[in-house]
Amino acid sequence: MIAFEYVEPESLEEVLALLEQHGEDAKVLAGGTGLINLMKQRLVQPAYLIGLRQLARSPELAEIRPNGGLTIGALCSHRTIETSALIQHRLPLLATTFRHVASVRIRTAATLGGSLAHADPNQDPPPALLVLDARIRIQSRHGAREIELGDFFVDYYETALEPEELITTVVIPPQPADTGTAFLKFLPQTHDDYATIAVAALVSLDGDTIAQARIALGAAAATPLRARAVETALQGQAPTPQVIHAAAALVAEEVDPLADFRGSVEYKRDMAVVFTQRAIEQAVTHARGASGNV
Amino acid sequence: MKSIQLRVNGQAVERDVADNTLLIDFLRNGLDLTGTKEGCSVGVCGACTVLLDGQPVSSCLTLAVTADGCEVTTIEGLTEGDRLHPLQKAFIDYGGFQCGICTPGQIMSAKALLDENPHPSKDEIQSWMMGNLCRCTGYYKIIESIQAVADGKVST
Repeated sequence: MIAFEYVEPESLEEVLALLEQHGEDAKVLAGGTGLINLMKQRLVQPAYLIGLRQLARSPELAEIRPNGGLTIGALCSHRTIETSALIQHRLPLLATTFRHVASVRIRTAATLGGSLAHADPNQDPPPALLVLDARIRIQSRHGAREIELGDFFVDYYETALEPEELITTVVIPPQPADTGTAFLKFLPQTHDDYATIAVAALVSLDGDTIAQARIALGAAAATPLRARAVETALQGQAPTPQVIHAAAALVAEEVDPLADFRGSVEYKRDMAVVFTQRAIEQAVTHARGASGNV
Repeated sequence: MKSIQLRVNGQAVERDVADNTLLIDFLRNGLDLTGTKEGCSVGVCGACTVLLDGQPVSSCLTLAVTADGCEVTTIEGLTEGDRLHPLQKAFIDYGGFQCGICTPGQIMSAKALLDENPHPSKDEIQSWMMGNLCRCTGYYKIIESIQAVADGKVST
């Protein structure tokens, strides 16, 4: 393991001051499941490691709160989100999606903010958060800003986060009425692996017409992505098998997968079409029986 | 270097550790608790699982300094004197214990499961134990061992 100095501030203000002071030389440590691995491989070599453990009781960073929609503190673990009664009731899509991540042991340590900052495009939560139109609150000593999650992912393992900034909260706005969702993770190997392709879909119906559709994919490009062409093709249409089939086919032109041992570029592109179609179908079915929760 | 105070298997421990010491190295080299094994070193295999304040963690991805003030439980903490923990006995009786490298991690994960959910279904056991790999491919026996404890079939 590389050498570094570990510091564990008592307050958010101290964390932000240290980030301002050390900039690129510092990294923040939450669950460690991503960062410690990168440090072991010497891909990241911070001189200062700022532990966030003392902020675990901060309401802003550690709680899940109803707020029109929901706000989720960046230090909430994947397991906390998966097992939260509030999330299971209000946003079952998120509970389901977080349950698909790695193993219980990793979900116990890995945090929401940590995983977003890690920005591996193969992760499961980003597509689900994208279809919920999630925004991220980011803070530095100079103030706070809020950006759309879609604008946060810049490139492979690269985000819009500046070195002196910290993710504090993820904001999920209220969702449209009569909405159904689905998250599908195509996983031909072991259950704790990353997906070959992952698709999240949100469909809201107005009678027999699709009022709004949001489709997002993971493991499909250098960043998680919204499939805008598919969404546009569904909007205002009746969700017939023909419409869904034709819309899903458009995803082939939107993805730009990276070949790895989970599949070739061609295979992932084909599977993106198949799983996009299935995710839309499931979301429509759920929307028809919608209970007001997504 | 940092001074840390924690409880390990019920015993108070105070030590100086380097900032970059991993919990697994602190346990094995600092405290001679070599029951915990290191497998993949990237958090995937589960061999190094210990309980940190009752929750299962990969000790290969955890810094020792972040265990300051915590309660750590390792495989050595499960026996009471010479009496094996029911999970340890079940792994022997039901063949969940094979070459042994993955066993401490398997048992610590299983303990975390039964502490949270004393009577899990087979599906719940499989889902929970997914992050603990066994290269002897003894998964059926491991699940049977845990099920036997959950069903109250193991006395020690």
